[in-house]
Amino acid sequence: MVLSTAVFTIGVFGFLSRKNIIIILMSIELMLNAVNINLISLSHYLQDMRGQILAFFVIAVAAAEAAIGLAIIIALFRNKATAHVDEIHEMKG
Amino acid sequence: MINELFFAYFAFAIVLLSILVITRRNPIHSVLWMLLLFFHIASLYLFLNAEFIAALQVIVYAGGILVLFLFAVLLVNIREEIRIGRYISAWSSGLTFAVGLFVVILMAIKSFVAAPPGMYSIDYIKKETHIKALGKLLYTDFLYPFEIASVILLVAIIGAIVLAKRRLKG
Repeated sequence: MVLSTAVFTIGVFGFLSRKNIIIILMSIELMLNAVNINLISLSHYLQDMRGQILAFFVIAVAAAEAAIGLAIIIALFRNKATAHVDEIHEMKG
Repeated sequence: MINELFFAYFAFAIVLLSILVITRRNPIHSVLWMLLLFFHIASLYLFLNAEFIAALQVIVYAGGILVLFLFAVLLVNIREEIRIGRYISAWSSGLTFAVGLFVVILMAIKSFVAAPPGMYSIDYIKKETHIKALGKLLYTDFLYPFEIASVILLVAIIGAIVLAKRRLKG
């Protein structure tokens, strides 16, 4: 669990402080992976299958989230030609 | 003894690789380190008797998600990316927040109390095989969430196409 916490906080740091939006999405994946490690290790130690079922759903949702996030990035890149979050400051399309 | 050694190696490698992922200047290097990270996590799952999830990790993450990321990275101007700074100007507040969160979660872990063990012991899973036990549970008790997951994936497919397609003329 300490391992999972470490990976999660590294993900939080990357999420909060990187400039490139693709790296920010990768940090989200890192955090989801940390949660998965925690779920599966607990499912192993408590001898219960439900943790693995939840990890299964987390993986499915992570795949969906990555697809949507990258589609948004591509749409953004077509309009603004930048992938840096500090250069994107308008929401009106 | 050998178990602890394996776990120590994987824990160390996973932490190191995840730091490498978020600190590399070149996004392609980041993606490749992340590939190695996913393989390490999959081996950790194997180590925790979750072979189906390990296979899923390799197929979905390493095979699917990382290819998507690599594709998106290729859109970015790598030369400019290497030249300019990696972090936003307020990165120190991000670091402070992350370290604070780490300490808080570590303090919370101390009060962890293990629940009584469930019915899926290692012997039971050996008798039943892992995928069969997982599938039985997934298609009986967790059928409703399973259907919701399929709807989420469908929405993701349609949403990704709608967002990424070129705007129609007129």
